[in-house]
Amino acid sequence: MTIKLGALLAGVAAFAISAAQAADKPPIKIGLLEDQSGEIALFTLPKVRGTQLAVEEINKAGGIMGRQLELIAYDPQFDNSKFQEFTRRLLDKDKVDVLFAGATSASREAVRPIVDNSDVLYFYTNQYEGGVCDGNMIGTGGLPEQQFSTLIPWMMEKYGKKVYIIAADYNFGQISAEWTRKLVKDNGGEIVGQELIPLGVSQFGQTIQNIQKAKPDWLMSLVVGNSQSSFYEQAPAAGLKIPMGSSITIGLGFEHKRFKPPAMENMHVAMNWFEELEDPKAKEFVARWRAKFPTETYINDMGQNAYAAIYMYKKLVEMAGGSTKLADIRKQIATGNACIDAPEGQICIDPKSQHAAHRMWQISVDAAHKVKTERSWDRIEPYWLGQIGCDLTKDDPKEQYTPSSLPKK
Amino acid sequence: MQPTEIVAYLYQISDVFAFLVLAAAGLAIIFGMMGIINMAHGEFIAMGGYVTTYSYHAGVPLAAAVMIGALACGLFGVFLERTIVRRFYHRPIDSLVATWGISLIMTQGALLLLGSGAPGVGTPFGSVSLANASFSIYRLVLFAIAVLLLVGLYLLFMKTRFGRHARATMQNAAMARALGVPVQGIYSVTFGLGAALAGLCGGLYAPTMTLSPMMGATFVIEAFVTVVAGGADVLIGTPPAAIALAVIKATATAFYGQVYGVMSLLVAVCLVVRLMPEGFTGWLIRRRS
Repeated sequence: MTIKLGALLAGVAAFAISAAQAADKPPIKIGLLEDQSGEIALFTLPKVRGTQLAVEEINKAGGIMGRQLELIAYDPQFDNSKFQEFTRRLLDKDKVDVLFAGATSASREAVRPIVDNSDVLYFYTNQYEGGVCDGNMIGTGGLPEQQFSTLIPWMMEKYGKKVYIIAADYNFGQISAEWTRKLVKDNGGEIVGQELIPLGVSQFGQTIQNIQKAKPDWLMSLVVGNSQSSFYEQAPAAGLKIPMGSSITIGLGFEHKRFKPPAMENMHVAMNWFEELEDPKAKEFVARWRAKFPTETYINDMGQNAYAAIYMYKKLVEMAGGSTKLADIRKQIATGNACIDAPEGQICIDPKSQHAAHRMWQISVDAAHKVKTERSWDRIEPYWLGQIGCDLTKDDPKEQYTPSSLPKK
Repeated sequence: MQPTEIVAYLYQISDVFAFLVLAAAGLAIIFGMMGIINMAHGEFIAMGGYVTTYSYHAGVPLAAAVMIGALACGLFGVFLERTIVRRFYHRPIDSLVATWGISLIMTQGALLLLGSGAPGVGTPFGSVSLANASFSIYRLVLFAIAVLLLVGLYLLFMKTRFGRHARATMQNAAMARALGVPVQGIYSVTFGLGAALAGLCGGLYAPTMTLSPMMGATFVIEAFVTVVAGGADVLIGTPPAAIALAVIKATATAFYGQVYGVMSLLVAVCLVVRLMPEGFTGWLIRRRS
């Protein structure tokens, strides 16, 4: 009887201690909204996997300051109204501490007003058309000043000044086309044609004909999604052989793995990450990823960005002494020391714009679909927002700016 | 207009025509025969694309792989008809919901089992040049197949016993049954034929596109628009509808781009629905009498 009572008391005590410990260190809830099905799931599923890998690694190493990470993920299925519904659910019902959401710029703009009404930190980890000056948001993907300002002058010098643009017909495609027009003109070139293409279109016969008629020196291609990427199959089949530039192919869309050579020959893109990167830390990351996800076709920049962003969040929370409050984290960003060593290299959050400085590589694809580095930069700051007057250390307009839509002085 | 421009224009029209005919044929047959709007039409197209691609990667030559894709979809269509669709013949709204449910199961099932994409096949035959324009030869092949398909359907429905039975069933199912036509069997085979044609479309276009469980979606609008404009009879209605819509879409896209191309198609079908509610079929039948 006595022994049994002792065992019972010990059991209760152990339970009480572990309950107290759990109450001491509640998990940090991470909300994740990425398409796991739909038009772009092929490119966004690596984001889910990258996040899972980072969360697993951090939890194994003890979590963030002793607190385990709890990942709550929903699948918005490329539907912006679902993005909004799930954002509200994550913020109000699940009460996440931080939100990682959205690949398309349309989904980001659908989600941003909802997050702005809360005090939850929002990471947008994709390359995009730039310009968001919003204190709730940290943007860790590539920007026009990193991807276009580097690539376009080089393409014009190498191939010529007459440029044709094809772009997906929504905010990302339209604003990226605007950036391309601006940079081509700034460098003394000429836009000989532009076509905006609705999402979901997969037949490009006439588009290809229009490109041939305009006789450009090279093509800026900003087609988005599964259906539109059929362009890269149909263009060479129709005999259209022309140098191409982009901000979203190869490193993001891994067309060189999906289409038969030489479909992507002469494609050029400036990216902060591509899986073929010849760097020991990058290769080690790739090995870890492929150990956990052996059937991954390609670890694209979305996947690496998602992985790195979790580590950036960890760094920010540690800098803030364990606080996950937005105000405390923004104070740490303002110091300018929010840097981590990501697989792509060191990335730092710029205080004025809350976007990331990156190492950049300009890569090209040959006829056998091998990737070659043409040029690289150790660090390109996200300088444009600061230049036009966005300073989140001073005030928070929660706006998106474009070259034709600048802050009012 | 210069001669090369005329050739280019005709090429684009025939390209769109082929797309419309191949996308719409299966849908038109099922709708014409059974009055059923097959919301899983896009998924049959995707299934055809997948079976063709996997067969091709297993070593089967492309033409045979396309046939296998069409056959697989046809058999699957017969199976679905026997199990699910036949319960909805006199319930058009319910059949819409039922086939939509089938479409969701097929899309999400493919996503779960096969993942979100697969390596493609690559377009065969290369290209041919004319002045500064060049054209994919394969797309001319698709045009030829579309024309042959319409001829084949004509021969099937007009010159075979199955065709006679099918037309009898379409006109008056009760009377046909009373005269000994195996009406239930006709329905099964017709649904299977519609599914097989959708699979054929997917298999033929798979080498030109990215493969994904949702790839059918890019065909569905054009297919529905052509069926609405053509009306219930695939022989009388679909060819003129496809020609008219192809000219409209190719012209709009040539001058104003893809956005206007798609819009012109939708505006055209609005006008057709308003002016010719039963499509070209109704209009041509009325003209004949």
